[in-house]
Amino acid sequence: MISRREFLQASVAASALYGASGVGNWSRLAAQQVLTQDQLLQFDAFGNVTLIHITDIHAQLKPIWFREPDTNIGVGDVRGIPPHITGKDFIKEFNLTPGSPEAYALTYEDFTALGKTYGKMGGMDRVATVVKSIRADRPEAIILDGGDTWHGSMTSLLTKGQDVVNVMNKLGVEAMTSHWEWTLGTERVKEIVESLPFPFLGQNIFDKEWDEPAFDPYTWFERGGAKIAVIGQAFPYMPIANPGWMFPEYSFGIRDERMQEMVDEVRAAGADLVVVLSHNGFDVDRKMAGRVQGIDVILTGHTHDAIPEPVLVGQTILIASGSHGKYVSRVDLDVRDGKMMGFRHKLIPIFSDVITPDPEMAQLIDAERAPFKDQLEEVIGKTESLLYRRGNFNGTWDDLICDAMLSERDAEIAMSPGVRWGASVMPGDNITREDIHNATSMTYPACYRTEMTGEFLNVILEDVADNLFNVDPYYQQGGDMVRVGGLGYSIDVSKPIGSRISNMTHLKTGAAIDPARNYVVAGWASVNETAEGPPIWDVVEAHIRKIGTVKLEPNTSVTVTGA
Amino acid sequence: MILTRRNALVLALGSVAAAAIPVSAFAAVDEAVAAFTGGAEVVVGPGVTLTAPEIAENGNTVPVGVDAPGAVSIMILAAGNPTPAVATFIFGELAGAHMASTRIRLSKTQDVIAIAKMPDGSFVRASSEVKVTIGGCGG
Repeated sequence: MISRREFLQASVAASALYGASGVGNWSRLAAQQVLTQDQLLQFDAFGNVTLIHITDIHAQLKPIWFREPDTNIGVGDVRGIPPHITGKDFIKEFNLTPGSPEAYALTYEDFTALGKTYGKMGGMDRVATVVKSIRADRPEAIILDGGDTWHGSMTSLLTKGQDVVNVMNKLGVEAMTSHWEWTLGTERVKEIVESLPFPFLGQNIFDKEWDEPAFDPYTWFERGGAKIAVIGQAFPYMPIANPGWMFPEYSFGIRDERMQEMVDEVRAAGADLVVVLSHNGFDVDRKMAGRVQGIDVILTGHTHDAIPEPVLVGQTILIASGSHGKYVSRVDLDVRDGKMMGFRHKLIPIFSDVITPDPEMAQLIDAERAPFKDQLEEVIGKTESLLYRRGNFNGTWDDLICDAMLSERDAEIAMSPGVRWGASVMPGDNITREDIHNATSMTYPACYRTEMTGEFLNVILEDVADNLFNVDPYYQQGGDMVRVGGLGYSIDVSKPIGSRISNMTHLKTGAAIDPARNYVVAGWASVNETAEGPPIWDVVEAHIRKIGTVKLEPNTSVTVTGA
Repeated sequence: MILTRRNALVLALGSVAAAAIPVSAFAAVDEAVAAFTGGAEVVVGPGVTLTAPEIAENGNTVPVGVDAPGAVSIMILAAGNPTPAVATFIFGELAGAHMASTRIRLSKTQDVIAIAKMPDGSFVRASSEVKVTIGGCGG
């Protein structure tokens, strides 16, 4: 008799053999100029249950450029294993062909050049086509949204998330969980949740005053003859990573002991399949999968990883579906006698030039954008450099934003949050106001100007570094290192908190940062309610208008060791 | 008497033992443990479960819970606070559950420790690191 583990392994191997797992082997097809929608969507239906997972779209309704990270360091047990591999190592690990469509979609290698060949990714009208195609094949497929959906664009900010809500409702989402949604504030979140035709799940969202569950922990589906429980897990560190004063009624946390209770509860109620729709971040989910028993599938989110094959932890499979609408995961499962017997998986990259837009969805998106069209499309300047933000340390978008703060706010040092969202802009392209918003849009945009001592700057760098490089994932918040302008430093990621950062240098003078001296610091996205200043997009816009054409030199101000 | 949850919390807070002289934190922890155990050996659980967040949402009010079925009393310590002693919960013979929860203030990242005294006079211990961070930048 074949054990479940052997079956899963056999299934992965077999899938790879038939090209039904991962992204498929299109390089040859592309070379022959015959990469088609049918090939992207090709999938031999398997088992009796299908999950469609999309996550972290950050309100990107239209196709975008999105460069994957060059640096994504894993520490401790996850050093050098997915998702902590990038570029050529990623290509080697997953046996991709350099220069192929899948290499373009999944890595940063030759991004600018390959972008010319393969085009923009994503677009919710293309995603709608993919979803309809899967549903034509498997009408009972369940569509699940991992959150970070209502935030990240100028239109989502101006409509308080409504444009994205309308699009996701039309797409047919059947359950979601949350993170940046909460930065719209409690009142708005509750207003939207009441209007949603599906549950807003979070077993780990608690009423703060009474420490009692505040939202549905799970929901049920009866599909393909199986009883399926989907448990929601919201981002655990909401009030720490984002402004808690915007949702003061709620407490979050990982709460894996309650996750275990929920799994036991749904199993006792007859669940044949237990799915966790999570916004924990990949490493936290990987640890949770080893601590909570009885989860079949974790649909991961938050850390924006796109991994072409499921990662197995014990009896649990982890699916990582990327971000910004760049991918959709299809997971087919064979669920029998209360057990998951096997799976077939495909991470479907949304090549916007290959997949036909769904006309109804395209029309809806254009209607949502119409009232703001002139504002969105106004050209502010031009860039000669590729603008991107994704990676553990500064990207070029971060450098541009920091330059804008140093110059417009007359500061010695600039600090910009290490968020993982933000679309790229290709060299030679115009920079529109929408592009600036894609990298800055948020409900707490004040660009403050203040004084900090050198010692406090060190505390900030150490603190944020520990949120990223603590060897225990449960002590990581996700996100990346705070971006800095006007300041250089060295970091040894293998050290504990308090000893990672050294050689802090004030770049303008070349002098070592004096712990006792006050420095004028500009920054944005403070979680502090009292932060004051102009919105960051106005600061960036003013800077770009002055310089006209953006041209950034390579940033060598951060030296990384211990990786 | 019907105990509402609010009353229970108030009672629990009322029983906080406000002792300890902050000589140094470590010495204060050792002293508090010695005073509670009378010098008896303390073994690391099972028998006592400590629930605390991995990262505090607000260091000024961190929810912690302890559960030690059958325990006579449970002491909670915040090892890194200037005054480590937080609370000692004493359970009567008729107590239905030997669990308690409260909120504590943590001055910095540190271990929270729970020690339960069992009916046979033995002591079991659980601890959990709670990180207190300045936050921001998540995404």
